[in-house]
Amino acid sequence: MSEERKLIKVTIDNITIDVEPGTSILNAARSIGGDVAPPAMCYYSKLKGSGGKCRTCLVEVAAGSTADPRPMPKLVASCRTNVMDGMIVKNITSEKVMDARNGVVEFLLINHPLDCPICDQAGECHLQDLSYEHGKESTRYEFKRRTFEKHDLGPYIQLHMTRCILCYRCVFTADQLTNKRVHGVLDRGDHSEIATFIEKNLDNDFIGNVIDVCPVGALTDKTFRFKNRVWFTKPVDAHCNCSKCCGEVQLWMRGDEVFRVTARKDEWGEIKDSTKGGTGWICNECRFEKKSLKDWVVEGPSVINRHSVISQGHYVDLVTPKETISAVMGGRSPKLLMNIHDESDVNKQNIELSKLNRPAHSDDFA
Amino acid sequence: MQLLTNRAQLVDRKPMTFIERLYLWNIAKGMIITFSHLFKKKPTINYPEQKRPFSPVFRGLHILNRDEEGRERCTACGLCAVACPAEAITMEAAERKNGEENLYREEKYAARYEINMLRCIFCGLCEEACPKDAIYLSETFAPANFQRKGFIYGKPDLLIPHPIEKPEEYKKALGNRVVREVQ
Repeated sequence: MSEERKLIKVTIDNITIDVEPGTSILNAARSIGGDVAPPAMCYYSKLKGSGGKCRTCLVEVAAGSTADPRPMPKLVASCRTNVMDGMIVKNITSEKVMDARNGVVEFLLINHPLDCPICDQAGECHLQDLSYEHGKESTRYEFKRRTFEKHDLGPYIQLHMTRCILCYRCVFTADQLTNKRVHGVLDRGDHSEIATFIEKNLDNDFIGNVIDVCPVGALTDKTFRFKNRVWFTKPVDAHCNCSKCCGEVQLWMRGDEVFRVTARKDEWGEIKDSTKGGTGWICNECRFEKKSLKDWVVEGPSVINRHSVISQGHYVDLVTPKETISAVMGGRSPKLLMNIHDESDVNKQNIELSKLNRPAHSDDFA
Repeated sequence: MQLLTNRAQLVDRKPMTFIERLYLWNIAKGMIITFSHLFKKKPTINYPEQKRPFSPVFRGLHILNRDEEGRERCTACGLCAVACPAEAITMEAAERKNGEENLYREEKYAARYEINMLRCIFCGLCEEACPKDAIYLSETFAPANFQRKGFIYGKPDLLIPHPIEKPEEYKKALGNRVVREVQ
């Protein structure tokens, strides 16, 4: 093979682009961007070997290549199929794909509980978005949903096995980021579950990243559990000098309180590359222990997609009108008839929920 | 100006005659109308003793619902607060501890739930947004108060009485609404 690699042409939804040989259809579609990119629940570009499990990224290949322009007989998983020169792919323009994706979503939701009101992932959940676009209003499943015995994964990570869709992303994360993986998928078929074989804490330095890679609410942050809904917190970009990780994070704040720390995500919901190069995985200390504004240098508000629920209440380019009351009243400020903080029991100044490293309980409000 | 329809009538600006300037007929006409009302049915009622029925779609004071076992339905999902156009609803959630299963329906519940009735516009969007049938607008309105602080309604003000311990009060608070069964 020569050093210079020839780019190959691929047409996805009538948009032709040149990509390097060896690119998967999914990544080629992502380089076009927008609606053309198929959704992916299990594929994670930052994790080697991921993909091929959830089947949400199925696409139709209308012509295999210029050399062999026959269509592929079945829909293919775009995350695991590489492009060929002259390949014609149909994603959203194919009715077959849409129909298949609706079916896949229905299967994913068979055992997924409808507990979005409780789930901390709601609002940033990929399965929620997917079922909003492709799902049915109700289920046709008549049997008991699978349930599991609760596994305790230690003080930081909360596991909800019923919500898991078995994407294996957390397994790959533990394999590739930490030196010893202690959790994995046990059993098989309908019984498969994410667990540690013997009750064991997940306490490796970088194991917190499984929370970020989880596409659903199966693995969530115990220090943030039930504290707030993501759409009531304001995400800001921040960094710190961390010896273990890149230190570039997103803080989810309410007022001056840091409720949650996550890695920064790109438009596909994957962890962004850090400015120092390499994927911006963050360490457990940054994620779980630095819950004070003093630990961070805030860079500014994160850019949030306007269509995301997280952007509610974020008023951009707001021009505050000049306050004229005091000028009219000759320098006096108006008498405050009621200070809401004196009356309200919510957001009491003396209770800082963000400082608790566990979910709040009834006695915290006593 | 050319008239487009024949509905508009030009104002008669002719000077009034002497008879017209006496206004005798106009006064008499007004008095006939006034006295005729003496013999009509009175539209007013004696308010505190008598009350008018509310329309079935009336949106009054909020109630936080309980299920048939008396457990609070609200899980503090925040959808009412995010739907609220007046930003009147605030809440703080907590995790249910062991032994609290008879108090709260789900694993997570609203430890604090407040509606600022000064901000609330009684649009009913919170009721529409609620996935748990936990909040709904009842058939009463917020009582008047001399002070603003009386309008910050917390959970003790909003929660419906316990259906088993206080069945009559529960029935009264529930009103005549048909409550949807939500699982």
